[in-house]
Amino acid sequence: MRSRLALRTVALGYLALLLILPIGLIFFRTFEDGLGPVWDALTNPDTIHALWLTILITLIAVPANTVFGVAAALMLVRQRFPGRSVLNAVIDLPFALSPIVVGLALILVYGRTGWLGGWLNANGIQVIFALPGMVLATIFVSLPFVVREVVPVLREIGTEQDEAAWTLGASPFATFRRVTLPAIRWGITYGVVLTTARALGEFGAVSVVSGKLAGRTETLTLRVENEFQRFDLVGAYTASVVLAILALVVVLAMNLFRRETDGDRGAARQQAVR
Amino acid sequence: MPQKAAPGGLPLGRSFATAYLGLIVLIPLAAVAWRSTEGGAGGFWRAISSPAAVSSLKLTFVCSLVVVAINAVTGTLIAWVLVRDSFRGKAIVNSLIDLPFALPTIVAGLTLLALYGPKGPIGINVAYTRAAIILALLFVTLPFVVRSVQPVLLELDREMEEAAASLGASSLSIFRRIVLPNLMPAILSGVALAFARSIGEFGSVILISGNIPFQTEVASVHIFSQIESDDVTGAAAVSVLLLVISFVSLLAIDTFRKWGSKHEE
Amino acid sequence: MIRRITLICTLGLAALLVVVAAGCGGNASGSGDGDSSLTLVAYSTPQEAYEEIIPAFQKTSAGQNVDFEQSYASSGEQSRAVEAGLPADIVAFSLEPDVTRLVDAGLVPADWAQADHDGMVTDSVVVLAVRKGNPKNIQTWDDIVQEGVEVITPNPFTSGGARWNLMAAYGAQIKQGKSEEEAVDFLRQVLEHTAVQDKSARESLQTFTGGKGDVLIAYENEAITAQQKGEELDYVVPDETILIENPVAVTEEASEQAQAFVDFLQGPEAQKIFGEKGYRPVDDEVLGQFDYPQPSGLFTIKDVGGWDAVMTKFFDRDTGLVAKIEADLGVSTESG
Repeated sequence: MRSRLALRTVALGYLALLLILPIGLIFFRTFEDGLGPVWDALTNPDTIHALWLTILITLIAVPANTVFGVAAALMLVRQRFPGRSVLNAVIDLPFALSPIVVGLALILVYGRTGWLGGWLNANGIQVIFALPGMVLATIFVSLPFVVREVVPVLREIGTEQDEAAWTLGASPFATFRRVTLPAIRWGITYGVVLTTARALGEFGAVSVVSGKLAGRTETLTLRVENEFQRFDLVGAYTASVVLAILALVVVLAMNLFRRETDGDRGAARQQAVR
Repeated sequence: MPQKAAPGGLPLGRSFATAYLGLIVLIPLAAVAWRSTEGGAGGFWRAISSPAAVSSLKLTFVCSLVVVAINAVTGTLIAWVLVRDSFRGKAIVNSLIDLPFALPTIVAGLTLLALYGPKGPIGINVAYTRAAIILALLFVTLPFVVRSVQPVLLELDREMEEAAASLGASSLSIFRRIVLPNLMPAILSGVALAFARSIGEFGSVILISGNIPFQTEVASVHIFSQIESDDVTGAAAVSVLLLVISFVSLLAIDTFRKWGSKHEE
Repeated sequence: MIRRITLICTLGLAALLVVVAAGCGGNASGSGDGDSSLTLVAYSTPQEAYEEIIPAFQKTSAGQNVDFEQSYASSGEQSRAVEAGLPADIVAFSLEPDVTRLVDAGLVPADWAQADHDGMVTDSVVVLAVRKGNPKNIQTWDDIVQEGVEVITPNPFTSGGARWNLMAAYGAQIKQGKSEEEAVDFLRQVLEHTAVQDKSARESLQTFTGGKGDVLIAYENEAITAQQKGEELDYVVPDETILIENPVAVTEEASEQAQAFVDFLQGPEAQKIFGEKGYRPVDDEVLGQFDYPQPSGLFTIKDVGGWDAVMTKFFDRDTGLVAKIEADLGVSTESG
């Protein structure tokens, strides 16, 4: 059908201009001068450290947010308490906040003259401009995703199975482990993937609280900025490519798990209908 | 007999979640709110009503509204094509949709600048204009409407469409009268997400927009400039305003979602 | 089947990245097994210079076994970061008020400027950077406010470099014998012609080399750095321009080695490296080894009132002259 072709053309054209061309250009510009400069950029110790730091921060932030996410989802779906929708909105707030505001907020609390900063400083604990501060910023911005993915699944599956287990004498923890957790596992996994994507790519908030100490508190995204500013375009594009590849890996995982989650939800819905 | 706590609702979990949320999110935000009051109500008002602040907020909202309007159309279109059409490479295109979500904002800004800036290879140069702001925002909000609409489209029962077609209705009116109402909650939900993301966007916009106060300076850049000029109180005030607006938008998302799930029955 | 392959590839790639990164994760530049460590927090432009100077220092007896941590970002951001708690032993900023902020916060001793050369470590001048070949034939300050000329200069409320630029423009007018009113009006014209206001000087250089604008008001050393990196631009040293003086200071918490490093910075070896990278050495003898043009109408910030007075008169967000100009132009900052 003609209109089908037209629709397809418009959609693909839009995507080509907005998405495919820009990504293609990064890869092109990176390898424009051959593999040598790229290899040099990749093996730069500061860049390697930045990659490692990015991954380390992600490895801390993601499990923390996962545990929180499951606990909060259970709270939101299965318990009634006043202010439940407000809590729901607060959990989603990090999604919408400007990273500058996040950085400002953390400095106001943990900075030298901040609420907790004075005490921390006096006791020799460095939070801001060090790893803990960067982890906090990353946790902040990637907070909502596990919650948001687990909540709909929890709603779908209801509490019948849990109640059944309970009346059979299982403890709350065993119920959780044997009944609830397996049922929501794809929701959790998909949420973890989203959280990881967000954590790996964080720039703005971490930029404010990092101090940008090369080889110490510089993440890979900050490295991109630094290289770009020093006219080391190959270095900037190489680091961008590494980040883009990490992003692609996460994206592939997302799609893998999304199909599972939709499958789970579809099955649950069909079961409810019957 | 079932205990007082609902099944699966560990009391320990509840305290942990609350404490975690409090420490990570609420306390820092409270610090911002507190700091914004340092100049009193007058200082707060002055900061958010200053010509540059007002201008940046207006620009931010106008751009965000334009962006979500475009996204409502293109997002639905792309979702439609991905669900109802089939062509070679569809799976790859489907995977790429999520890329803007995972890509760091500075990389997004750099690549858009490289492609659509003064040294761009295809001759289009929109850098340092308002169009550039729209461009950057369109990039970062690409996945939201698409991913919101896709699952709904997938589950849509096509009987009514087929019946209407057999009665002679045109594709356009089928879409308008039958499909669209069913998609609307999902579109709105995606739009609200895209809006929330747009009003706070910083990393990609700051590279490509030019940041001229009153012309191409968005709210987040304005806040940044306040901080860099030692006006932390003013920055906190404008941040609080943005925070309130984000919060309201998010409550709206929740309402759309509830409305949407009621609609599904 | 395809799904499983994708999954395996995905996980494999991820695991590989983690292993590679973790394996090389520990040590990076400068942070080795030295006896002591110094943290240098500097503005962005002298990064190349310090990357040569620090190893040179580490070869001296004072610098042996000293590791360095370095941070480079725009001067204002760095000053603010140190104020907010970024640990630093030596701070090197682009202009004096960024050090004064730390003195007020009690982090830098008040007598830092009593050191050699008034606490300054490098000089430069404000120049007009143009496209290669100078197609619009820009030679003087008046040329940049001609019809159709686009100026690039950073945001004066976030960038120290922008402040040097605007004071150069203002002071040049005064030096030419214009009245105060005419000088301020000239500033208005410059800002009227400004097409992009980046948040830092280095970023405005990127904008210019990225193809935007006809003339960039910049530090001489920025223009030289860009040329050394292969960017195609020329620059003009106007007859009347300001002498940029970049301070360096040791913080309160720093050790004696920090002072040794600062002494080294002002010594002949480091000064020579600075000179090669485009900075004017403060050491007159070393300066003589290079052939930096001496503008006939060179003046300093003191000649236009000193930073304290200038910050209040021009750059106060509510009452400063520049704030008023920008408000009138509809290009305001934050005048309440």
